Amino acid sequence: MTELDVPGRVTAKIFPYPLNAWYAAAWDHEVTAKAPVARTVAGRPLALYRTQDGRPVALDDACWHRLAPLSQGKLVGRDGIQCPYHGLQYNAAGRCTSMPAQPTVNPSALVTSHPVVERYRYVWVWPGDPLLADADTIPDMHQMDSPEWAGDGLTIEAPCNYQLILDNLMDLTHEEFVHGSSIGQAELSESEFTTRHEDDGSVTVTRWMRDVEPPPFWLKNMRDKFPGFSGRVDRWQIIHYYAPSTICIDVGVAEAGTGAPEGDRSRGVNGYVMNTITPETDTTSHYFWAFMRNYRLESQLITTQLREGVHGVFAEDEAMLVAQQRAIDANPDKVFYSLTIDAGGMWVRRILDRMLAAEGRSLPVPSSTPSQVTS
Amino acid sequence: MNARTFHDARVVETADVATGIRRVVLEPPAGARRRADPGTHLDVRVEVPDGDRGVRPEVRSYSVVDSSPDGSRLALTVHLSPTSRGGSAHVHGLRPGDVLRCTGPLQNFPVRIGAERYLLIAGGVGITALAAAARTLTRLGAHVDLVYAGRSRDRMPYLADLQAELGERVQPAVSDEGTRLDVDALLARTARQAPGTEAYVCGPLALLDAVTHAWRRHGLPSTALRYETFGSSGRHAAQAFRVQLPALGIETVVDPGSTVLESLQRSGADLMYDCLKGECGLCVLPVRRVDGVVDHRDVYLSEDQQADGGSVCVCVSRVAAGPEGREPLLVLDLP
Ligand code: FES
Ligand code: FES
Ligand SMILES: [Fe+2]
Repeated sequence: MTELDVPGRVTAKIFPYPLNAWYAAAWDHEVTAKAPVARTVAGRPLALYRTQDGRPVALDDACWHRLAPLSQGKLVGRDGIQCPYHGLQYNAAGRCTSMPAQPTVNPSALVTSHPVVERYRYVWVWPGDPLLADADTIPDMHQMDSPEWAGDGLTIEAPCNYQLILDNLMDLTHEEFVHGSSIGQAELSESEFTTRHEDDGSVTVTRWMRDVEPPPFWLKNMRDKFPGFSGRVDRWQIIHYYAPSTICIDVGVAEAGTGAPEGDRSRGVNGYVMNTITPETDTTSHYFWAFMRNYRLESQLITTQLREGVHGVFAEDEAMLVAQQRAIDANPDKVFYSLTIDAGGMWVRRILDRMLAAEGRSLPVPSSTPSQVTS
Repeated sequence: MNARTFHDARVVETADVATGIRRVVLEPPAGARRRADPGTHLDVRVEVPDGDRGVRPEVRSYSVVDSSPDGSRLALTVHLSPTSRGGSAHVHGLRPGDVLRCTGPLQNFPVRIGAERYLLIAGGVGITALAAAARTLTRLGAHVDLVYAGRSRDRMPYLADLQAELGERVQPAVSDEGTRLDVDALLARTARQAPGTEAYVCGPLALLDAVTHAWRRHGLPSTALRYETFGSSGRHAAQAFRVQLPALGIETVVDPGSTVLESLQRSGADLMYDCLKGECGLCVLPVRRVDGVVDHRDVYLSEDQQADGGSVCVCVSRVAAGPEGREPLLVLDLP
């Protein structure tokens, strides 16, 4: 790269979202062959449903005729949906198959059908140019349905720009301040971390905290696997980002000094925090998360406890994100500044910026750079 | 530069890909490069012999069989037709370094995402309009069958390539080898096993006719059968005819370049219409009398309604002189 970017460009407060990307639109169980569900993905209102064969379908949620929402209609035939207003019917390809008030069907009557793939317990939708969709580029979330992992999750309807959530997950020093009662501890911001980015659009942030007191959440998990455990632990957080908006965090603790940093995790417990964030609008997001573990797979009790526990922790993030978005909206003239802890989030922003550029939608150069604002 | 604008593309490669069938790779000039989606064609300016006066320019449409993602290379594949008026001979005469005047990729035959299954039926060089669709749909994970019919393998361009790439999805039907395509059996099976199939057809008129008839015979949904139409002209050449609308005291002439609707509006009738393409049916008027034959050019009226002749889409349909040779006339009522 010969030229440097203008400072402040990728620290946009409202970050646009790429369209040529796979986004999780729903949990698998939310999409049924009984009734359509309305969901907005990347600014596109969609009607999601399944055909009688169980294949998920994502149609634009606006009838060709007078734009009534198809998601309020009903499912008909093997793979169709009927508009609730004047009864036009469409098939899974979005082609109109019936116009009740006339014997023929206008061949131009269509709604867009988007590429859809069901994988890792989610229904993924590609809102952009369908001819560029490639199912092989869905981010790796194999822990979600692997027999070696167990767990569950929920959705947060977060009233903030999706990038604020990515920032949040790429820097976990906030745990000390936001999650003090569960997973936070002072060593989080004191320990060293490394940030690496790969050519395939992935970023990894690694942090090891050696020989620390386990915070309450982790002490409980250790005791689930090793009843009666007490003592100090080596704790890790390895954050894997996959473009555009999936973050899988390898987390865990092991009895201090038993070799976990060198690769032997047998004296520890390991979880994966699975996060995939789907922009809904510029300032709202569907935040799908799950907590998966690779021990005590048989225990539904632990699955439920972990889901509820993480739900409580994430409620703290949500409260902060809501407050942050509100402050952003209230301060239109102010800009973001960066700290070293933002390295991971800044790589994410740069990768997303390049995806936007590839779609011909580059971020604007800020009218005043941060340094000018303060001078 | 608009996709319809003609520009000079450079011929960078030519090769015979089957008997009498040549592949021509074009490089459009830098400012005119566009991605060619499956189903697109180029309009190409060719020179055809014109009696003893030499040659005259004409425009032909050829499908883009494959292309680079940035549109810097577009491949056409053209059959040297013995019955052609000279367009294919012009393309066959091109050599690397020559220039071909053509448009950017134009879309008449888009592929829709999301159908339950896809059946692509290609006859001979018709494969050019379907090869890219087969590749794209396969990449999207769709269920695709490509039935590729030809007289003999040496007349079926790209067959081996497609089989290598798409495997079992390609089903060759080769007359010489005793596996001639049985359209009726194919569509009977489709109707029985996969009525949610969307079919795309490209090939000789005989194949298209066979498919459209069998499609209807087996009760498959008309909107799920797609084929390329380069402009829908009627069964009769456009000619002038008289039109009357007694309810409004109007009598006027529809000349070959205008429509019934335009002529009546111009004479002061205030009529309802919307699409102007013969699709919506808003312009339909009752017919009181016809001298000649109505050339229905719409897709709104059903075949029965058209045969019955009680109404007409005045935005596109016309009247042609009948065999009795009387001056053609259309008398309309208000709805
Ligand atoms: S708005 Fe859907 S049928 Fe009229
Ligand atoms: S105006 Fe739509 S059919 Fe004539
Ligand atoms: Fe958090």
